[in-house]
Amino acid sequence: MGGFDFDVIERSVGYLFREGMTFTLTLTGMAALGGIVFGTLLAMMRLSSFRVLAIVATGYVNLMRSIPLLLVIFWFYFLVPYIGAWMTGSSQPIQVGAFASSVITFTMFEAAYYSEIMRAGIQSIPRGQVSAGYALGLDYWQTMGRIVLPQAFRNMIPILLTQTIILFQDTSLVYVLSITDFLGAASKIAQRDGRLVEMYLFAALVYFVISFSLSVVVKRLQQKIAIVR
Amino acid sequence: MPMIEIRDVSKWYGSFQVLKDCTTNVEKGEVIVVCGPSGSGKSTLIKTVNALEPFQKGNIVVDGIVVNDPKTDLPKLRARVGMVFQHFELFPHLSVTENLTLAQIKVLNRTPDEARVRGLKYLDRVGLMEQKDKYPGQLSGGQQQRVAIARALSMDPICMLFDEPTSALDPEMINEVLDVMVLLAKEGMTMMVVTHEMGFARKVAHRVIFMDEGQIVEDATKDDFFGKPRSERAQQFLAKILHH
Amino acid sequence: MKYNWNWGILWQTSADGHNSWLMTLVHGLGWTLSAAACAWIIALLLGSAIGVMRTTPSKWARRIGNAWVELFRNIPLLVQLFLWYFVLPEVLPKGMGDSLKQMAPPWGSFVPAVIGLGFFTSARIAEQVRAGIQALPPGQGMAGTALGLTLPQTYRHVLLPMAFRIILPPLTSETMNIIKNTSVALTIGLIELTAAGRSMQEFTFQVFEAFTAATAIYIIVNLVAVTLMRWFEKRVAVPGFIGPAAVGGGAH
Repeated sequence: MGGFDFDVIERSVGYLFREGMTFTLTLTGMAALGGIVFGTLLAMMRLSSFRVLAIVATGYVNLMRSIPLLLVIFWFYFLVPYIGAWMTGSSQPIQVGAFASSVITFTMFEAAYYSEIMRAGIQSIPRGQVSAGYALGLDYWQTMGRIVLPQAFRNMIPILLTQTIILFQDTSLVYVLSITDFLGAASKIAQRDGRLVEMYLFAALVYFVISFSLSVVVKRLQQKIAIVR
Repeated sequence: MPMIEIRDVSKWYGSFQVLKDCTTNVEKGEVIVVCGPSGSGKSTLIKTVNALEPFQKGNIVVDGIVVNDPKTDLPKLRARVGMVFQHFELFPHLSVTENLTLAQIKVLNRTPDEARVRGLKYLDRVGLMEQKDKYPGQLSGGQQQRVAIARALSMDPICMLFDEPTSALDPEMINEVLDVMVLLAKEGMTMMVVTHEMGFARKVAHRVIFMDEGQIVEDATKDDFFGKPRSERAQQFLAKILHH
Repeated sequence: MKYNWNWGILWQTSADGHNSWLMTLVHGLGWTLSAAACAWIIALLLGSAIGVMRTTPSKWARRIGNAWVELFRNIPLLVQLFLWYFVLPEVLPKGMGDSLKQMAPPWGSFVPAVIGLGFFTSARIAEQVRAGIQALPPGQGMAGTALGLTLPQTYRHVLLPMAFRIILPPLTSETMNIIKNTSVALTIGLIELTAAGRSMQEFTFQVFEAFTAATAIYIIVNLVAVTLMRWFEKRVAVPGFIGPAAVGGGAH
């Protein structure tokens, strides 16, 4: 092996971050946002008194949690064009871009995990808070939106963030769709220049630094919240 | 027409009956104290009045509106019936002022300014004006309960329900809350109060209801009740509660 | 918009020329389970050791333990597998590296997959073990020491038996996770269940039959694994002791 080649990293670092990391972070952000919104709805469905809603949501969450993310990625990659065609009434599968497909996949998948977190958060709010909301004349959505969810969300921020760090790492799996996320970009350079050692070690380092820093932030936040309560 | 009319109300949890054919009226301006041993159904009964607890049999009419009618607009009804809870149930993520104004703005469609003026007026009435920007977690239990009363009053309720308002308080804080309630009673507010504070009952109640095992055992004027309760169970209960 | 369903495809001969596609999937499952089982053993041994290190009085043991956990849980599994598969043979002395590279398939993928998965999961198990030990009343350790047990004896006979019972539920979900995570090894060429489904889809174009079948198999495996772990939990339960419902947690 001919020594560690820092030069290949230096040459490609702009490309890696401009193309790859931008994709990775955008995907993480959008999927986290979509996943938390959809996950919260799933949690509300699971806790609702309408049996059918609860059963549908439970089934969805359990299904997503029992199959590997990679299989879900493959599923949605092929399923989304069909759903698109069905929704628009087209006779051919609709081609959606790699980015849109990834956002949909990760939103749908992570929602199952976020929903478990939000469910625990909602259940941690005393029943009396809901009663007090109703007693003041607020309706279900107002009570949820103004009283229960803000508290549940705040209590769960550290865990939601931890799950988002996992999501950030999980997005590397779009590699199997030959998408140029951060790892995909590193892998392209690695293969083009025959510099696998340098590129994969560098990728590992970057993922580590970002995830680790975020987890330190989460720990700080947890201590801060612990003091406030 | 009574302000609150409770007619043959029964409620079951599965096969366990928590309320058995409860019937009583609360007239406008009347103060009713509901007492009884724990598990007697008194908290459940008071919560049926604003439909926080559904019931399977009977009728409840509040100011001419049938509570158990599926067509009744419950949020609208509840907005007119003030309620104070055992554990205060202030919203911990909102400041005192926000606690006072949230429902006024969202339910009564008052402007934030209107709501603020109204809310602070009642906050002043319970003597807590200087706490308006604090959060519930920064107040003592007694202060929190007084804010909760001000929150209910800000909605201009036609009657007030109190569900054991002092039983979660440290002894030295009970009186500051009772004082506010006495004041309210003397102003002519219609009140239904679940409590063991017999001093309060003696001072302002018009009638006392005694419940046991889901039934209204005694429903008498204050003087009759404290004079000589008819039922043995009420006598025993009074003896226990007054002798310590 | 129509999709032509053809469930019969599962019984047709697959690309290898003699087995059916269903058997291809079952073979994939076999590799999934064997890789998961081997990785699980590594993860449990390493994870327990690291978890224990993080609760000992020794500052250095705790530091090494913490560093281990942070290292293996802050790098994506996929990247870790690439490091074991692509990078390790290059940085080892030439002879060793070459012998790694020349391992016959499927072992050339299987071994790095097992090591990678095992190390990755060990960090998560170490976290559970630490939480489990710390969930015990501090008096337990002192009581052991007061009886004259050495520190290792206290861990072996007093702390770990209870800690492991407490963390059985989270360990169950780690078992599921390791089975699901085995699918990531398809990126380094292991034909496990997801890869088998994928190859069936590529050869037959019966996308949804292939994925539905793979999904169904995963669900069955899940149900079996949960049932087994429940049974095991009951078997080892200590009468009169109810552990804290949840320790730690986190997802996949």
